[in-house]
Parts: sequence; structure tokens; C-alpha cells
Amino acid sequence: MALLEIRGVTRCFGNFIAVNNISISIETGEFFTLLGPSGCGKTTLLRMIAGFDLPDSGQILLDGKDMVGMPSEKRPIHTVFQTYALFPHMTVSDNVAFPLKIAGKKLDEIRSRVIKTLDDVRLFNLGNRFPHELSGGQRQRVALARGLISRPRLLLLDEPLGALDLKLREEMQIELINLQKETGIAFVFVTHSQNEALTLSHRIVVMNQGGVEQIDTPSKIYNFPRNRFVADFLGKINIMDAQVLEIIPPYLRLLIPELGQVVIPNKEGVKIGDKGFMAIRPEQMRIMIYSEEVNSKNHFSGQIKSLLYAGDVTTYVVEFSNGTRVEILLPNSAPREIKRFEIGDLVVIVWESDVGLFLND
Amino acid sequence: MIKEKNIVRWLLSGVPLLFLLLFFIAPSLIIVFTSFRFPGEFGGLAPLIAPMGTVDVEHGLTLEAYQFFFSDTLYVRVFIKSLQVAVVTTLICLIMSYPLALLIARSKERLRNIMLLLVVLPFASNFLIRIYAWVIILDPESVLSYFINLILNLVGISPVIFLFSPFAVLLGMVYVHLPFMILPLYINLEKHDPILLDAAQDLGASHWKCFWYITWPLSISGVSSGIVLVFISALGMFAVPDILGGTGDILIGNLIKDQFISTRDWPFGAVLSIMLALTILLIIGLGAYFLRRLRKRNYAT
Repeated sequence: MALLEIRGVTRCFGNFIAVNNISISIETGEFFTLLGPSGCGKTTLLRMIAGFDLPDSGQILLDGKDMVGMPSEKRPIHTVFQTYALFPHMTVSDNVAFPLKIAGKKLDEIRSRVIKTLDDVRLFNLGNRFPHELSGGQRQRVALARGLISRPRLLLLDEPLGALDLKLREEMQIELINLQKETGIAFVFVTHSQNEALTLSHRIVVMNQGGVEQIDTPSKIYNFPRNRFVADFLGKINIMDAQVLEIIPPYLRLLIPELGQVVIPNKEGVKIGDKGFMAIRPEQMRIMIYSEEVNSKNHFSGQIKSLLYAGDVTTYVVEFSNGTRVEILLPNSAPREIKRFEIGDLVVIVWESDVGLFLND
Repeated sequence: MIKEKNIVRWLLSGVPLLFLLLFFIAPSLIIVFTSFRFPGEFGGLAPLIAPMGTVDVEHGLTLEAYQFFFSDTLYVRVFIKSLQVAVVTTLICLIMSYPLALLIARSKERLRNIMLLLVVLPFASNFLIRIYAWVIILDPESVLSYFINLILNLVGISPVIFLFSPFAVLLGMVYVHLPFMILPLYINLEKHDPILLDAAQDLGASHWKCFWYITWPLSISGVSSGIVLVFISALGMFAVPDILGGTGDILIGNLIKDQFISTRDWPFGAVLSIMLALTILLIIGLGAYFLRRLRKRNYAT
């Protein structure tokens, strides 16, 4: 039985459907991420799980029991808020002790558990500080400690890393993964950052306009997006109109009106004549010098229009003769002697027939 | 540049400083000085130096007024009674204002502004007129008295007269001071971040516990400003007991007023004023001390 089961949940605000008939189940010990652009309904869904809001229809079950009518304070589910919501009049220790104090635990037990939990989030000596005396990262840890100390069944995290700078965010990501593994508590993480979702999660649900687009592991979501929205939302991808010409297992031959014919991996359920899109990631293509001999099935000549140097990688924008542009990502790991491409270079774009994806919609 | 800045700073703070010196510190010193003088034969003060050619005229400095204060328990009893009235007034104001201030602070902005307007609206009419209005309301012949006594009669209780009683004084005191409690409480409560209550509830706190652990401790500074404002003002109040109280309902404020206006014993009035000021300072000081200790103990792990 799933730990948390969301069954056909819908929530409307006036005429606006914030969450539209969503069904998700989350397992014990899972790091589950709700990913989507702002306004996709992920925060509304989180608020309903926490008990701050009620679904108009559908059910939310914890351990198989419907939580309708169970107020927020009775649910064994805690939230880490985007703004942390630390109690400003309490010290770090008192903040962390709060859930235990409310539950009426004995003072000795509270004391030892606070010390242990502060250790877990690496806030050893800051127990007597007040929230306003802490840095953003430290406040984040206090909020985490406070949410975890009474060992809830589920910890909800509402864009908790949004307010941190990049370096700190990366550090906290690693710590979140470790904390989740150590405690074994299921995390439901809300974010609009695809990078965060891919790094942290066991599974991701991609949401859009109140509905579910895809639920899968990070690598499935990244490599096999179910539709154009998911493909576009996670990472960079080149998308072109395409039509299925021929099915030659394990390959598909597509006609791309802007380019010509290409061969990519077959996909279940595809029929000849299907119209859709071909999607290919920038790192799945290669650039070759125009004069080089090419023996790959997919190769098209073009010209480098611009490049974005990012240290470890460089993104090249290549324009084909008909004006279509694609982005190609190359690692900068090659030996220094090898010639780099420059703007204006005439090149050939190549990709193998085992990469690329046909999308129906 | 720095010099110019300093001049501006001195000008800006100098004017209010001068104002305070002239109209606050100087009168206080005059009161202290007055308390060591003899009262004049026909009111006012006796001369410092005996006029030429007179004998046996009281003059110079004396502790007589202080002796007079401590020689009779009457004055200390009035002090204690005034303190009681002030404390009860403050408590009733606090109990009545807190829920109201909370309601106003958590209302939608439009409603909030209307309610705030209603709170301060009484200030639009004169203070004394409002007190006299209570005389009409509480009059034995008034509609209110009539109906209350009608009901009391049905239950078998003999009729009561509200006007010129300690009850009327307390009612008037609470009425006059309510806005001074509501406003500081509202200003404090309005600043609370509602997400803190969400967080507390999320972590298992019921509504009452949310109030007890979050709203109440965060509002202590507002509560103490309200208490200070109401308590000090209530302790010195003379108009309300004058108008609504009976002959036995004299408070320290009335006593002081009488010394200066009817009895015309200025030195004794000055002594009473000084005693009142010292009492207030002592109480506020003790209050601040205990509040700080309480806070320290609450926060220590």
C-alpha cells in the first residue's frame, strides 16, 4: 500500500481550475518531486496534502485512510516553508523543540532529541541563537530540523532552496539527499527548477495547468519525455515538426520538412503517417568540419551562428541552409591542440540513429 | 560636509529638545520646588523671604507638606484605592481590547479601516461631553436604568442606581481608556506574519496552542505599551470620578486637583503629584524588570 495516495483530486478557485483531477501515489521512503512552472498547481496540491486546503473532489489517503476532516495539526505531515516561517521570538533550540513540546513530550527527551536533530543538520552550537542572528542557509537547516524532529510520515518542502544563492543551494541539495536517506522519511519536494528536481528526486511528477504531464524517474523523464511540454520543460532540447515515413525495427524513418529524412529509434505504438515532433538533446549531436567524411545516417550541413562558452561546455547555435536553428552542446574536454569552432564556420551536424525521440504531441 | 550634517542634526533635534526642557523638565522642577514651600495665606505660596517689617509670617523652605502626607493614612488609602481602580481598569481594557484588536488585525483591509475609524471616532467629540453623556445614560430615570430595573424586579432583586457609584466610575474609566489599549495592540498584532500560525498548526499546535505559543508572546510589546498608556492615564484621572462618582469615590487625581483649585494648598498638591509620579515610575520599573526576566527565562534552553 502506498504511503500517500492522491485520488482524482480537483481544486478550483472561482473559474480557475488550480488542480485538475490529479492522481499520484507516493511510497514510503521516497523523495518525490512536484515539478512545474509557476501556476501549475503544485503549491495548491501541497497545501491540500498538508491540510491547509481541502479538495473540491477526490481523496487524499495516508496509509489507506482518507484524511478528509483531519485538520492540519492532526496530520503526521510537516512542512518546510519557502520563507522558513521560523518563530522569531524563540531560539533555534526552542524552534526545533516546538513540535515535541506541543506533543507534550518530557523535558529530558525533548532536550536529547533537539541536540541530536541539531547535530543531524550540522547546527551544533547554534541552539541559543535567534533566527534573525542566522544566515539564510542556517535558517534553512533550522526549518528542516523543526520539520523532521518528531519524525513525521511525510515532509513537505515548498521550494525550500529558492532563497539561497547557487553555491549554498548545491550544498543544501547534497544535504537534503543525505538527510532523506538517513531519516527514511518520505519527502515531497516542490520546485520549478528542473535541475533541482533531476538532482534530488527518486521520482518526479511534471505538472502543467493543474494536470499531470508525466510521472517517472529523473532519467526516464529526461531521456523519454512523454510529450513536447515535458521535453521542453526539462533541460534544453531541439524540437522539429516530423512525420513517420517508415518503421524499420529498431528504427523509425522520419520526414522533417525543414531538414529532410532522419533515422531515430523506434517507439511503441507509432504508425506510419503519424505527425508529431522529433526531439533531440543538444548533447546528443556532434559537430564535424565540413570537409570530413561522414558515415552516419543523420547528417546535415550548416553554419555556426553563435556560441555560448560556459567553462566546462560550449553551446553552439547552428543554422541549416533553410534557416532552421539547433543548439548543440560540446564538452570542452578535448586536448588544447584540437581546433575549436568559431562563428561563421561551415560544419556538418551529425547524430547516430540510436538517439532522438519521436513525440506524438 | 560632515560639519554641515552636524548642524542640521543639532537643529533637527535641538528644537524638540528645547521644547522638552521648557515645557516638561522645567514644570517638573517647579513642582519639586513648590513641594518644599509653605502655602500662602490665601492660596498660592508663602514668600521665600519674610517681607520687611513682618514677624511670624511663614516663609522659606519646609518639609511640612511631606509630614502632612505621612501623618494621615487617609492619603495612602486614597493612593491604594486609586491603584486598585487603575489596575482593574487596565485589566478590563486588556481583556476587552485583545480579542477586538485581533479581529481588526485579521480582517480584510476595507473592514479593518472601518473598524479602526470606529475605534478612534469618539475622539472627534469632546472628552467631557462624552463623560456627561454617560450621566444621561446611567441616570436613574434613563431608559437603560428603567429596563434593567424592570428585569431585576422580575427576578426579585431590588432596583439599583448606577450613577454616582464606584461601578459608574469603573465603567467610565474603561470607556475612556479602551482606544488607548486597542490601538497599540492592533499595531502590534497587525505586523504578525500569518505564515507563523500556519507553521505552528502544521507542526501540531491547536488554535489555542497557536495563540499561547505564537500570537501571545509576539504581542507582549504591544500589550505592555497598552498597559503603560492606560495605567498611567487611569491613575491620574480626575474627570471621570468627578462626574460619574459619588462623594466617596475620590481618587488621587481628584485629591491633587482639589489641592490646586479648591483647597489652594499648592505645596501639598505638589507633594501628592510627586508621590504619584514616583509610584508610577516604581511600578513601570518593576514591570519592565520582571518582563525582561520572564523573557530571558522563556528563551533559555
